[in-house]
Amino acid sequence: MKKYMIHLNTRRCIACHGCEVHCKANKELPVGPFLCEISCTPLKMVGGVPRMEITFSTCRHCEDPLCVPVCPTNAMVQREDGIVYIDQEKCIGCMACKKACPWEIPVQNPDNGKAVKCDMCMDRLDAGLKPACISKCTTHALKLVELQSL
Amino acid sequence: MKKSVYSICGMCTVRCPIRVESQDNKITWIEGNPYQLDGALCAKGTAGVAMMNDTERPQQPLIRVGARGAGRWRKASWDEAFDFVADKLKTIKKDFGPESVVLSSRGGPWQDMYKAFIHAYGSPNYTNHDCTCGRNTHHASLSINGVGRKGFAYDIKNAKHLVLFGRDMFSALRIAENNQTLDMLENGGRLTYVDVRQTMTGVKATRFFQVRPGTDYALALGVIHQVIKKGYYDKDFLDRYVTGFDKLCTFIEEYTPAWAAKECDVKEKDILAFVEEIGQDRPNVIFHPGWNLARYSDSFYASRAMHILNVLMGNIEMKGGLFIPKGAGDCGKKGIRSIDCPKPDIKRGDGVGWEYKHFDKGPGLAHLFFSHMISEDPYPIKAWIAMRHDPFSGLPDPERQKLAMDKCDLLVSIDTNYSEFGWYSDIILPESTYLERDTPIVQQKGLKPRLTLRRKAIEPVNDTKSSCEIFTALAQRLGLEETFPFKTMEELWAWQLEPTGYTMADFDKKGFIELSDSPVFFDREKLDGQFKTPSGKIEIISEKLTSNNLPSLKPFVAPDKAPEKGMFRLIYGKVAIHTQGHTTNNPLLSELMPTNTLWVNTKQAKKLGIVSGDLVEVSSKDRSYNATVAAHVTDHVHPEAVFTTHGFGKEIPKQTRSYLAGLSDQKLMIGKLDEWDKAGGGVNLCEAFVYVKKSIRNTKRRADL
Repeated sequence: MKKYMIHLNTRRCIACHGCEVHCKANKELPVGPFLCEISCTPLKMVGGVPRMEITFSTCRHCEDPLCVPVCPTNAMVQREDGIVYIDQEKCIGCMACKKACPWEIPVQNPDNGKAVKCDMCMDRLDAGLKPACISKCTTHALKLVELQSL
Repeated sequence: MKKSVYSICGMCTVRCPIRVESQDNKITWIEGNPYQLDGALCAKGTAGVAMMNDTERPQQPLIRVGARGAGRWRKASWDEAFDFVADKLKTIKKDFGPESVVLSSRGGPWQDMYKAFIHAYGSPNYTNHDCTCGRNTHHASLSINGVGRKGFAYDIKNAKHLVLFGRDMFSALRIAENNQTLDMLENGGRLTYVDVRQTMTGVKATRFFQVRPGTDYALALGVIHQVIKKGYYDKDFLDRYVTGFDKLCTFIEEYTPAWAAKECDVKEKDILAFVEEIGQDRPNVIFHPGWNLARYSDSFYASRAMHILNVLMGNIEMKGGLFIPKGAGDCGKKGIRSIDCPKPDIKRGDGVGWEYKHFDKGPGLAHLFFSHMISEDPYPIKAWIAMRHDPFSGLPDPERQKLAMDKCDLLVSIDTNYSEFGWYSDIILPESTYLERDTPIVQQKGLKPRLTLRRKAIEPVNDTKSSCEIFTALAQRLGLEETFPFKTMEELWAWQLEPTGYTMADFDKKGFIELSDSPVFFDREKLDGQFKTPSGKIEIISEKLTSNNLPSLKPFVAPDKAPEKGMFRLIYGKVAIHTQGHTTNNPLLSELMPTNTLWVNTKQAKKLGIVSGDLVEVSSKDRSYNATVAAHVTDHVHPEAVFTTHGFGKEIPKQTRSYLAGLSDQKLMIGKLDEWDKAGGGVNLCEAFVYVKKSIRNTKRRADL
């Protein structure tokens, strides 16, 4: 059962790209891969003020992920709480997961050739902390939402 | 071994409080101090680790072996490097006198130490970067309120309306201030933003004026006119604390909103609607008097107008308004000691205090050294020590600066990174990064003043030293131990804290010591004595300005149009990802933004045959500097202006990521080193015009194999 979601309060987000860097630094990623992304639409006049839409995108941690069954080495794993992560020991870097994903979320780490993607900082979650992007969000615009069944 | 320390970020001069985790001398996590920022940190703050691990920074002292700027260096030990600098400084003192040495820094809370060093050596010539930053605002505040720019702080969180003239606060990224502003907006507050282009700050604003470049002052005058006409000011406050209001009323009569609208390229009805909002929101309306207002030839007067608007609101010393920052004394406590040495009684080499009498003598004005150095008036300058300051990146026209620097026998760069000045200097003394160095304790004034300090999270990974260690070692070699007697940081801290009764252990819990449990406000009925003007009141007409043949209320003069077709006014600014030229080579940040672009207005671009993404050639007015960058074509920059992000176009080959990436605005500002604001002292950084044309490098043809 999917338990967590990351929500962006766009009224507070200032598109400073802090989340992208907090994530990269925490995962010690080299130049190339980003595991989350802030993107802005071009400016458009709304009520006399040029505005933009800001979106935060990362792995959706699908309920029924396409990347998991396609992985030939069972490196792509879905946890009980819905988090989909890559077991780096098992990954062979074939990138079948990326081809299976509708959003091509997994990216290759040029340092070791293996696939990487957002794992919701599950080590931090398990230690009672929040994911890096949320913990350090400059304006507290990113929030961790815990889903509840009705 | 795992370790956690509270410290202060050093990636930009905001200096946010941080908490740093490490394991076995390796940084594993940096976050905003949970007690002050609830963990919040910006991209630059996190990228501190990347700076520390970067091999493209000086890792041991370097002594120049080739020509200046040729980039030929030999490695030296610290002993040799200290002897090199000390021996040259001794010779210069003997031959030319101690006043022939300049020390410049960025400023900031630790500048007492740098200042004490150069004063103890015998020179009055301490200076900082503020002529390219807040000097106009500082002098504007002094002329009206009798206190400098830091004599007031802003309770934005509780305000109802914040007005920003060109202050792009969501790119400047003072994290606490940004969150206060967003909190204010969430509580229904309003944000009015004025700029020649749209920024992230404008995106969050409730009202946006895209003005003609150089007309901030006109807009402010139009607003003052209407505020007075509608009676939206605090009469009691004016009667009690302010002089010269009658003169303001007479002066402002001709500056109607209709006039301002025409000058600024905005609509009169928008100005009127804005003033109605102020009428509703006052007194909790904060007109931010500007930060980096070293822009136009009348920026000093624009800042004065914003200060005057605050005075009209009567928003001083109240919740949701301006407040006087409090120190230890205001909380009934004893303050810390700081390293200090009185300034030698010698004329300054930049003319401040004798040639220019109305400026704050503290740090003088850095840009005024160069012409004095070239003419050797009042005496030759033979050495320049740049303490984490890069005049070649921060001040206009570095080639002109070099003519002055070439008269020096010694150029020293103390820096964590290679700077453009450092690359030209004779010796680089590499400073440890902020994650690897301790600093003296400082007091942070505010409604709840604090003591705090920077603590090293790990031991230096290279052969680098902290600025405190560097100045102490140089002082020992120069016989200045009286000012720098401390052998260790522990000795220094204990001496600093002695009068306060606190100990270092008091920093352990939160990283700072709070000097008051609750916000300290002065009695608003008893503010007499707080305004340090000659009359003790807030003065709209300043005697100091009058006696220097400068008007207090200056008639507006419309800014120049481009001198030629194909020329545009060059406007520069910041982004949230970079700290000027300081971070453009950072491995993590350069990946996000490796180069800058040139913003060109859509209609102008059409005339020039440029579409977004095309390469454009940008040239200085004398065509001595050219750069080719991609164009960003947009409606949201004024047609008279082109905009670029400062900090790029660097020419340091060792910095492979930023080498020749993008466009340098300061190198385009030919002649602007000597064009500055005689009233405010700031450099006019937005008064340069540049040529823009489509580059021939857009070709799709291929002529070779």
